[in-house]
Amino acid sequence: MQGQRWWVPWLYLAPALLILFAFLVYPTIHTVILSFMDENGEVLVTEHCKSDVCEWGIFHNYWYAFHNPSMQEAFVNNIRWLVFFTSITVFLGLVLAVLFDRVRYEPIVKSAIFLPMAISFVGAGVIWGAQAGVYKWTNPAKPQVGLLNAILVALVPGFEPKNWLRLQPWNNFALIVVGIWMWTGFAMVILSAAIKNIPKEILEAARVDGANEFQIFFRIIIPSISSTLTVVATTMVINVLKIFDIVYVMTGGRGGTDVIANRMYTEMFINFEDGRGSAIAVILLLLIVPVMIANIRSFREQEATR
Amino acid sequence: MRKRLAFLTLAAVIGIALSLPMSGMAVAQEECVISVVGVWSGDELTAFEEAVAPFMEENGCTMDFESTRDPAVLRTAVDSGNPPDIAILPQPGVMYEYAADGALVALDSFMDMDALAEDYAPIWLELGSYDGTLYGIFYKVANKSLIWYNPVAFEEAGYEIPTTWDELIALSDQIVADGGTPWSIGLESGDASGWPGTDWIEDIMLRTAGPEVYDQWVNHEISWTDEAVVNAFETWGQIVGNPDYLYGGVEGTLATNFGEAPWPLWEDPPGAYMHRQASFIVGFILDQYPDLEMGTDINFFPFPSINEEIGPAVIGGADVVVMFNDRPEVEAFMEYLASPEPQEIWASMGDFISPNQSVSLDVYPDDATRSIAEAVVNAEIFRFDASDLMPAAVGAGEFWSGVLDFVENPDNLMDILERIEEVAADAYAE
Repeated sequence: MQGQRWWVPWLYLAPALLILFAFLVYPTIHTVILSFMDENGEVLVTEHCKSDVCEWGIFHNYWYAFHNPSMQEAFVNNIRWLVFFTSITVFLGLVLAVLFDRVRYEPIVKSAIFLPMAISFVGAGVIWGAQAGVYKWTNPAKPQVGLLNAILVALVPGFEPKNWLRLQPWNNFALIVVGIWMWTGFAMVILSAAIKNIPKEILEAARVDGANEFQIFFRIIIPSISSTLTVVATTMVINVLKIFDIVYVMTGGRGGTDVIANRMYTEMFINFEDGRGSAIAVILLLLIVPVMIANIRSFREQEATR
Repeated sequence: MRKRLAFLTLAAVIGIALSLPMSGMAVAQEECVISVVGVWSGDELTAFEEAVAPFMEENGCTMDFESTRDPAVLRTAVDSGNPPDIAILPQPGVMYEYAADGALVALDSFMDMDALAEDYAPIWLELGSYDGTLYGIFYKVANKSLIWYNPVAFEEAGYEIPTTWDELIALSDQIVADGGTPWSIGLESGDASGWPGTDWIEDIMLRTAGPEVYDQWVNHEISWTDEAVVNAFETWGQIVGNPDYLYGGVEGTLATNFGEAPWPLWEDPPGAYMHRQASFIVGFILDQYPDLEMGTDINFFPFPSINEEIGPAVIGGADVVVMFNDRPEVEAFMEYLASPEPQEIWASMGDFISPNQSVSLDVYPDDATRSIAEAVVNAEIFRFDASDLMPAAVGAGEFWSGVLDFVENPDNLMDILERIEEVAADAYAE
């Protein structure tokens, strides 16, 4: 390479850097600044904090985020999502990937499971929602139109149709099921690719040595795909922390189903509380960053072992 | 190498130039385009386009209408300094927020206020003003104080139209005694669930506490735990607290979508006999039963008075047209919108009630619509839908949740009201 000026690489990088700055770095910095400001983003929150005592001083919006009852409810619900959504999608994804690896119609069944991924969250909200979807309640005197109530009425004698999206705390799980339905396919496809990458020789050698299928699963498959499992799990955790669409469309966070990202939207765009909305956004960002780092680390590890 | 670099530099320069805001170039354009962001879509939008067509033709303009119910679309456009010329907002509360931010054009800066005062009753100009300055013109008024019934079913059962609250409750009891269900109420509305219940509370509040207290309640000059508010909820509780009155019971009331709620009235035998909803509900009824005739098969009576000292009252809603950019053609368009002409065009197409007094009542397509419009223009007491006037955190938030929780568990009333009060204290704080 002869005579390349020092700035040439930067020139090539410039468009990407510009876009990155305009759409990522600048909004992030602006959000952090807004989170210390009042509802209009004009003066510091300490000068206009809407309560007699400005708790936590300049961090008053953060104080609000941790003390507001709706936010506390949202934190609890996000933990529910975190535990159940993440574990079930990864578990189901893994089981399906292993089982479908052995059937002849694998591509077809995998496509069917993956299909919900192609549906928008809003579409999923309609498919499952109380207005016309799976969770719809119809007067018990009439045929049930909602799939879930219809199945239960048909199978369980004397079953009274339930209004699933108001039934606390089960309405949260009703929403989590929608998330699982959408994301299991994603987990399955990635894990399935990792399983197919395990060298056939190792599996054959184990079988020759007399290992049964359970031993193969726990001693060979799981350790071989452990870094992929971490990537899938952390991706799901990131998904959960920013879960918004399903809740927004189906319940609007009412009836004890609110989540952090929906609170952020509500404060920002419904209540016009720019400072509080931004503070919640920053909290969400801080929660996601460590998971993101873990995700990238294990992704690199996975690439290295390939 | 050098050539290629030159090309890349050129490409980069062009790319940056293209990505610059286009506003600088738009000035040179002679073309007249009026951009509108609004909540209308489908048939409403078609009717609106028809209504503005004479203006567009005369002035050689075109309208660029963006339909959205997502408030974030407009908010983002305004915050980024690139608002549409005109916006149609579903709630005056949102208009007050924009007016407070200084984002709106004051209409009295260019409009003939005397002409406006002739066309609109003082209440509409008052509601369209913030801090004494007029910012909005109301459109597409909904009369919400209506109770719908099936005249055929009423006649068969020999029921009389109640004119007082006591008669209404007596009729409900009689229907139960006859083995029927008096009310079909549906509070489900996806992410906006609960709003139909707030209309009930408002109608009752206006009729029990009177317009002055109603205004104090809207402005948070009385607490949510005030006796007047408690009384309004408890009065509603006489109906929603009695599962025998409710089609599908409490669960049905919470789970039924507001649009489907009137349907049982036209089942055979009737699943229910009465349904309280704004004038727009006719569209939902006709969707399910297209053969029904307004007047003979579908009719309504006004929400009866409760306290006899308070005259006939109407709660209404309306969309409000506001203006962000003050170019001459936008000013002319706004003047046109406020005039009777476009409103008469739309009114003649149906599903539209104008607050403009100069709009002739003859243009309405049928008697029922005409009488709803008459009630709006002539109401002794007219009050705007309270939840639409309150800050969104209350009026489109905790109040909605509150009515759902109240229907679910009426005994929790004080807890519910205290929670709404807590949110309200914060939301109204300056």
